[in-house]
Amino acid sequence: MTADEYINSEILDEHFRTPRNFGRIPEHDVEIIETNPTCGDTIVLDMKFKGEILVDIKYITRGCSISTAAASILSENLMGKTRDEIEHTSKEEVLANLGLKLGPARERCALISYDAAQKGIKKHFKTV
Amino acid sequence: MKFDEVREHFPIFKKLDAEKVVYLDNASTTQKPYEVINAVMDFYENHCSNVHRGVYRLGEEATEMFNHSRENIGKFIGAKDREIVFLRNTTEALNLLAYSLGSRLKEGDEIILSNSEHHSNIVPWQMLKERKKVRLKFINSRHDQPITPEDLSPLISGNTKIVSLTECSNILGNINDIKPISKIAHDAGAVMIVDGAQSVPHMPVNVKEMDCDFLAFSGHKMLGPSGIGCLYGKEESLEDLPPFMGGGEMIRTVTKENFTCEDIPIKFEAGTPNIEGAIGFSAAIDFLRNLGMSNVRNHEKDLISYTLKKEEESNIRDLISYGTRNIEKRAGIYAFNIGEIPKFDKENIISENISVKVHAIHPHDLSSLADKTYGVELRSGHHCAMPMTEDLGVSATTRASYYVYNTREDVEKLFDAISASIKRFGF
Repeated sequence: MTADEYINSEILDEHFRTPRNFGRIPEHDVEIIETNPTCGDTIVLDMKFKGEILVDIKYITRGCSISTAAASILSENLMGKTRDEIEHTSKEEVLANLGLKLGPARERCALISYDAAQKGIKKHFKTV
Repeated sequence: MKFDEVREHFPIFKKLDAEKVVYLDNASTTQKPYEVINAVMDFYENHCSNVHRGVYRLGEEATEMFNHSRENIGKFIGAKDREIVFLRNTTEALNLLAYSLGSRLKEGDEIILSNSEHHSNIVPWQMLKERKKVRLKFINSRHDQPITPEDLSPLISGNTKIVSLTECSNILGNINDIKPISKIAHDAGAVMIVDGAQSVPHMPVNVKEMDCDFLAFSGHKMLGPSGIGCLYGKEESLEDLPPFMGGGEMIRTVTKENFTCEDIPIKFEAGTPNIEGAIGFSAAIDFLRNLGMSNVRNHEKDLISYTLKKEEESNIRDLISYGTRNIEKRAGIYAFNIGEIPKFDKENIISENISVKVHAIHPHDLSSLADKTYGVELRSGHHCAMPMTEDLGVSATTRASYYVYNTREDVEKLFDAISASIKRFGF
């Protein structure tokens, strides 16, 4: 990631400053708490399903711009998708949607919401 | 050697200076001078062999170099060579103590730590607690004051068996005066352990003067290679201590039924040691001795003093920093925030209407921007000191930490980078 990419990323700025789907789902089906060990940031991710379809997804985080923006973008992308589609979403797609080339430490920031969502699917459908 | 000549001894600065990169993560690890690099290369090119066993020429050369390194490092902290155990790092040394000292503890025995410890001086004791049901007590010191004997005294009881504290906090930079603390521990019949990872590299340290029973420190934080560190232990304490890992080197005899141990310190060094690491570490010690540890301390005192002055002059709104402002008790470590992002409290977040906006720059964003805009390399996060980060009431901090090759100009660039980052975030 170059200075220009980071500083001028409109996607990052837009989603960080006005994150979509921020908040909680009072009647969630599943709640996942995920922590990023490099900085201690935590996300609480709620998911609600109708059958195999994710009908609502919300989260609360106090993370950095990258983790907040990534959670925002992810929530938009996963909303309305099926369990199968979510399970087949790759880390690479999540990083590509953010549009930034990140180092390994910042990748963890970008993927904390993704990891939480994958755990949420496993927990809800009892695959673990 | 003078401090303005120091940088010429480090090949990496040719590259970093050309790229205008300022390295300020020395509490994490340090750069290596030619003297260390050459010592390691010389071992590989001219003396490579295992130690302690071979009676041939190369084996004897390697053993002599390895033994000399031990003696040299021992002298540096006022210890005999028999009192220096070579291990991977401070973490391994503290794990050794938790295991070997811990094997003799029983349910209800107490260990005193502090809230400003690195995880390596907390987690091994928590693991021991699970095994032995010992009790851990914490000195909860304020961020702006070093730990004092008065902080320790109320926690001492008839069950206190171990007091294990850092001599210098890796997040606050507070320097704790160990000598009077050690006296309290000893008067209570407890063992005094010191985490020297942030003190031995930065100031004169003498184990006899501070009168600790054990001191742990790492080579890579003081110009030496990674993967080599030391545990100092008083001769009689080491002799009394059961071994840690079993295997080659540490034994005297082995039968199908049993084994006997080598004498100290080899008793604690199972397996082929990091020979080239020890030799490189010894070369780093020579480099620092040549500079003089009092001079090293004064150099860093100047840098942290200049940092606090720049902080006051800069008038940066929302800049909050941590650690004592008494320069005599403060190492070259500067942890700060631009506005504080509160620690994540799930219970509050669930019950209250949390706002998306926090008037702060997340340390990860700040350190990424400082790197991208001014090439200033800072650490962000909890710095392996989550209990102190939590007691500060924040989710993370950003940290600059200095060493012998840093300059006042580096401090100026730090504040330029902070200002540029704030501008970017529209504060």
